[in-house]
Amino acid sequence: MTDWLERLGSSTLSNMATLGRAILFLLRVVAGCGELVRRPRLLMRELYSVGVLTLVIIVVSGLFVGMVLSLQGYYTLVDFGAEQSLGVLVALSLTRELGPVVTALLFAGRAGSALTAEIGLMKATEQLAGMEMMAVDPERRVIAPRLIAALISLPLLAVIFTLLGIFGAYVVGTALLGVDSGAFWSQMQAQVSFADDVLNGVIKSVLFGLVAGWIAVFNGYDCMPTSQGVSRATTQTVVVTSLVVLALDFVLTALMFD
Amino acid sequence: MRAKTPVPESKALIDVSALVFSRGGRLLFNGVDVTVQRGEVVAIMGPSGTGKTTLLRLIGGQLSAQSGQVEVAGQPVDTLSRRALYRLRRRMGVLFQSGALFTDLTCYDNVAFPLREHTDLPEALIRIIVLMKLEAVGLRGARDLYPSELSGGMARRVSLARALALDPEIILYDEPFAGQDPISMGALMKLIRQLNDTLGLTSVVVSHDVDETLSIADRAYVLSEGQVVESGTPEALRASESAWVRQFIDARPDGPVPFHYPAGSMADDVSEAQSQ
Repeated sequence: MTDWLERLGSSTLSNMATLGRAILFLLRVVAGCGELVRRPRLLMRELYSVGVLTLVIIVVSGLFVGMVLSLQGYYTLVDFGAEQSLGVLVALSLTRELGPVVTALLFAGRAGSALTAEIGLMKATEQLAGMEMMAVDPERRVIAPRLIAALISLPLLAVIFTLLGIFGAYVVGTALLGVDSGAFWSQMQAQVSFADDVLNGVIKSVLFGLVAGWIAVFNGYDCMPTSQGVSRATTQTVVVTSLVVLALDFVLTALMFD
Repeated sequence: MRAKTPVPESKALIDVSALVFSRGGRLLFNGVDVTVQRGEVVAIMGPSGTGKTTLLRLIGGQLSAQSGQVEVAGQPVDTLSRRALYRLRRRMGVLFQSGALFTDLTCYDNVAFPLREHTDLPEALIRIIVLMKLEAVGLRGARDLYPSELSGGMARRVSLARALALDPEIILYDEPFAGQDPISMGALMKLIRQLNDTLGLTSVVVSHDVDETLSIADRAYVLSEGQVVESGTPEALRASESAWVRQFIDARPDGPVPFHYPAGSMADDVSEAQSQ
């Protein structure tokens, strides 16, 4: 029993210490972001590898999630004769929840893991230490552009995911299930509010972008510089990001759509 | 461009005194004194695990000591502000054991990296500097290769060219000879000595390759168990009476540094194994 308590205590302490390091790290990186204004090219490169290269998985998943949502929604709605509301159902679930959340989960798997592995390997091969000794601050030169790229990319990807989801739902709903296309759009237009639904969804995805980027770069920067350490950090990024995004989503939903 | 603070001739360029440093519960340095005069090639030798690389990191300000002083060019490294430390680091070049080249850049871009980060020189001028530095290490022809396409020795030479890019005053070499074939070893030895003398550098070479290191060093320090056990010119070291230095220089497997890692008696271990 005391053994168990001891382990609980020490793991709590070490988790708290990690959290503290992560917060200090974030503050330093944010303070070092000024350089990106002077050298936008650094950011552009990262936007490509973090954002553009994640597009494929987002586009495909968005389409399919929308299509499936349309099928499932239709079978429930049609029993009540409410299949005209299919557009509303799809649009609300995508803008409020699925768009930001699923995008963040996919982002963690595709871009977050890549960021952690890249930074971790740079650390393991002394590239970060080398940079420091060349009087170049890796937090500014390597970390800041990647964090900001995640922060910018994720909301854009979430918007793309949502739009394509709605498009997929529209195609399946009208062409396959016979929902009237006029009703699909007009009900959506009438019942989805820009300020409440769309904007809140975007705010969510901005926060998810910060969290996903932060966890990914921190895990890479803080990892043990060995092959095992890098692999553990990469797994850690995907797991922790997913859990934090889901928990944060619950909190945000409770606050936003009361 | 670089603000060179003039150092009086009598003062050492690198001055480590009464250094105490421990990590992970292990005392790595317990009162180490090392001084490096301007223009010298100084070797720091000792078996693996004596913290030679750690000493370089302390000189470079990447770690800070528990007590004692580390001064480079008259400035105490571990109490400098981040800004001042980064300014001081521009005057140092470090050759890492792995080379630490950026794997996503070509050799050319690797050498150009510090120039592009720290200067606003036009690309045409950067090109001339980079080609000169690569020529100095004999790898101008390899400029378009990526680090993964280089052999270990070539990677270290490119890394050396990169360390030279900003015309530093001090170069720190971390195990430059480890794992090199005789030809690359010879090339590196020649480069270290030649660059030091022609460019007026000051070099610190951390190594456990006794013959190679002693043949190019002006002075050497031998470290063991957190202390300097012997120091002086290569000739003095070769003639040293110390049992420890003899074991190290003559590469004897047993001596003051035991062949066996500390352990209980063999009989106890065996009887324990049998009783299980």
